[in-house]
Amino acid sequence: MNRMLVSPSPHVHAKASTSRIMGEVCIALMPAIVVSVLFYGWSELLVLALAAVSCVAFEWAITKFLFKEKGRFCGASALVTGLLLAMNLPVTTPWWVVLIGSLFAIGVVKMSFGGLGQNVFNPAIAARIFLLVSFPAYMTDWTVTPGFIHATDAVSGATLLGQYAEGGMAAVQGVDYLQTLFFNIGGSAGEISALALLAGFVYLLCRRIVKPWITLSIFATVAVISFIFNMIDPATYTGPLFNLLTGGLVLGACFMATDYVTSPMSNWGGVIYGIGIGFIVMMIRYFGAYPEGVSFAILIMNMTVPFLNKWFHQKKYGRK
Amino acid sequence: MSKITFPIGGVHPADSKFAANCPIEVLPLPEVVYVSMAQHLGAPAKPIVEVGAQVKAGQVIAEPGGFISAFVHSPVSGTVKSIGPRKDLAGNNMTHIEITVEGDEWAEGIDLSDTLVTEIPEDRALILERIQKNGVVGLGGATFPTHVKLNPAPGSKAECLIINGAECEPYLTSDYRIMLEHPKQIIIGAAIMRKVLGGCPCVIGIEDNKPEAVRTMKAALAELGFEGIGIKVMKKKYPQGGEKQLIAAVMGREVGSGALPISVGAVVQNVATALAVYDAVQKNKPLVINTLTITGDCLPQSAMHNYLFRIGMPLSYIAEYAGGVPEKAAKLISGGPMMGKAIANLDACTVKGSSSILYLSEEATRRKAEQNCIRCGRCADACPMGLEPFLLNRLYKAGDVEALEQNAAQDCIECGCCLYSCPSYIPLLDNIRMAKGQVMGVIRNRNKK
Amino acid sequence: MTSIVIWTVVVLAGLGLLLSLLLFFVAKKFKVEEDPRIDEIEKVMPGANCGGCGYAGCRAFADTAVKAPNLDNHYCPVGGNEVMKKVAAILGYEIKEKAPQVAVVRCNGTCENRPRTNEYDGIASCKVKAALYSGDTACPFGCLGCGDCVQACAFGALPMDPVTGLPVVDETKCTACGACTKACPKGIIELRNKGPRGMRVFVSCVNKDKGGIARKACSAACIGCGKCAKVCAHEAITVENNLAYIDFTKCKLCKKCVAECPTGAIHAVNFPVLPKKEVNNE
Repeated sequence: MNRMLVSPSPHVHAKASTSRIMGEVCIALMPAIVVSVLFYGWSELLVLALAAVSCVAFEWAITKFLFKEKGRFCGASALVTGLLLAMNLPVTTPWWVVLIGSLFAIGVVKMSFGGLGQNVFNPAIAARIFLLVSFPAYMTDWTVTPGFIHATDAVSGATLLGQYAEGGMAAVQGVDYLQTLFFNIGGSAGEISALALLAGFVYLLCRRIVKPWITLSIFATVAVISFIFNMIDPATYTGPLFNLLTGGLVLGACFMATDYVTSPMSNWGGVIYGIGIGFIVMMIRYFGAYPEGVSFAILIMNMTVPFLNKWFHQKKYGRK
Repeated sequence: MSKITFPIGGVHPADSKFAANCPIEVLPLPEVVYVSMAQHLGAPAKPIVEVGAQVKAGQVIAEPGGFISAFVHSPVSGTVKSIGPRKDLAGNNMTHIEITVEGDEWAEGIDLSDTLVTEIPEDRALILERIQKNGVVGLGGATFPTHVKLNPAPGSKAECLIINGAECEPYLTSDYRIMLEHPKQIIIGAAIMRKVLGGCPCVIGIEDNKPEAVRTMKAALAELGFEGIGIKVMKKKYPQGGEKQLIAAVMGREVGSGALPISVGAVVQNVATALAVYDAVQKNKPLVINTLTITGDCLPQSAMHNYLFRIGMPLSYIAEYAGGVPEKAAKLISGGPMMGKAIANLDACTVKGSSSILYLSEEATRRKAEQNCIRCGRCADACPMGLEPFLLNRLYKAGDVEALEQNAAQDCIECGCCLYSCPSYIPLLDNIRMAKGQVMGVIRNRNKK
Repeated sequence: MTSIVIWTVVVLAGLGLLLSLLLFFVAKKFKVEEDPRIDEIEKVMPGANCGGCGYAGCRAFADTAVKAPNLDNHYCPVGGNEVMKKVAAILGYEIKEKAPQVAVVRCNGTCENRPRTNEYDGIASCKVKAALYSGDTACPFGCLGCGDCVQACAFGALPMDPVTGLPVVDETKCTACGACTKACPKGIIELRNKGPRGMRVFVSCVNKDKGGIARKACSAACIGCGKCAKVCAHEAITVENNLAYIDFTKCKLCKKCVAECPTGAIHAVNFPVLPKKEVNNE
């Protein structure tokens, strides 16, 4: 007879694995990716592929040559980072800027903290901010490349949020909200279709990959704050629908803020985290210098996660 | 019909109850049995027979070695060949009494007939004495002496007796089979315990993956017409059969940290224990026979069995009789796959609490390489005690016993949900079990002072 | 433009000056008066902070030594008698010299001697493994091979031999701090006197099973036959629970027992190899 295995219990394991979870996230991103490629065409596909491949390559190279440890490489996780980064970039981003973004996301934000699961900040968000600050011209170039579906005649469209920041309320009168739900030309690739993003998010919820609390609390906070401001002065402040459907809010709330590593573990911690993000987003949108603040909001709230994890625990059995 | 379950955590491992439709068969006697002196929680029993003595089945061969301890009876009739150390399941030495089997003669005063005795003795002391003298221990896993549990300290009062028919562990089917084959005996056993506890209501909890058992038990209960006993169907979720989880599911109460179930008025017993209580009280038959399942993922359906075994039978003998260890078996487990003990020594012998020999294949059981924690929080979601295993694991590695206590490492029930659900295969429970030991040690020292 | 530069320099310099003054006064005001001998002792200590003396580190050792009435409870196994003499000189105390010791792994259950029957699949920790079961072989006393002692050794003196699966003490590095003896859940590692030129004789087994069982589990096991005790002229060997033990304070290194042992469980190390080779002090 063979040698019998002996180990402490339990002796069986669920089918879940890190790679499988990351794979599910990639699947959830697919609707939004498909939509963005349909509207922006080959150039968008190029950005996506470049970011995805370079992130995985950097992850592989760093785990192999710098960490020199087996089993540290998780390609699926780097793939998610790459896709999210690409979705946060304008379709016209030059290839070398994408590469710098990937290197920063994986090399600096993720690996310098110890790799998978150790990073404090969301790699894709941090890389986006890094690029935005370093290359503002490229990062706010909203030229529309020809896609497979011809949606608008505009060649260059400032984002709705940009228009609002420039021209105030008058600039964004008469926005068709139903249309922004389906496709919303202008802005980065991931911001096109709120519906596609939400579909992916619902998939994640159904597969029990993420919990809805963070996302819901972001949406609720944004809605409540913009509702109050809009009530007070409708001529100056945009309303809830505008704020929920424009910019990177849906992408950020559904896929970036819910990143396991950089979000709180407990449900209540998640709610507080979401409220914080929603609040900062609205403050930047209404009063900040940048038209959009989802990335900054998530990055800032990332810093509070260790505290939220310390203060909020789930209910323990038999204890108050 | 509303189904109940416990509120915090839990996981849903695949059922795998392959042996559910195998009727209980009686194992033939081997040539030699080795009866362990540590068949129960607490102090090992002390042998009271000499080498060379003739013993009959059901005769006392060892006395309790302390307050929390139990009588041990000879499972067979024959001659005591030796008394000495022998390796147990884990390969550690434990005193065993070796008895060569000669015939099958039972000690006097034991009712071996199949007739159902429904009349319950009136005298509470007599019932307790019979339970104790017949060496009944809890057969749900912990093998805690039953008479101690049924005799709560003065001042505490049982408000509900819960009979655990959940059998939430995958693979295991022995409880299911006895519920199908001896439902009336189980209900009478429950009624006896109810009486001992002062007539508190009794709930028999059965998971909804065993509809047949629910039906049979309900029919038996209706036929017997006992009052104060109810059957509740529970939603399938592991670890439903955990004492604390069962109390939360049935009574909606939570046992405080470090407290006993009786502190919230609950007493939990397993269905197999109820059957043993019936045998002990109504038939005066000591606990030397129990049911065990032979199952596994690498075993053909034809090789699955539910056996009635005598204590002291070598596991290798049972495995051989059942058709040998399958080629693909990588790990042998006594108990369920979630909380059972890996068998390091197949020459070890069955004890009162043996419930299975489970063969798992390499694919099913070998652990995968540990990866980085991705802080997904699945371990915390799965923990039925509401603990945060990832945190406890980290604190244990840092050696911070104080923080471990603050984060309730001592409350861990070692159900395995955290390790089961971790997508990074981090051996959480291995460390938390150690952490729990450390914290318990600290608490014990503090209480001593 | 220049004014900005000047102002920056002035403000930063001023700030630096202010804060340094603040620090200076705080350091003056809150200075803790310490026995200067603590620093002196700490200087002569090895500084490994291994905890082998029973105190939290070298500083804690020095701190308690200064306050203690004598040095009975203070002995630095790492520094040995030499360091202790210096410590005693600083404090003006006497010390009792101790024979230098070394850690000894009392198990020779190599893969060859001890056939494996099980394979461990849990976390690499002897503590966890010991709590779970007796080990991968039929010997429930021997080395578990997960390397808790290797982890515990602060001096890198206990590497694991991949061939035998046993830890090996590197005598040149071992300081006899005793960390490994505490880490081993089976109590296999013992601190023994180093002996003259490192020569020592010891029973490399801790199996208390009866002879037959022990022999079956491991071909190098002590079977408790007692031949060694009979042959020993110095009453250094006791056999208890089927296991022989050599008292290193009584052993005269005659090596009679080594020749007598039927399983080779008694090891003699660092003896010159006769007749041809030179003194082998490895």
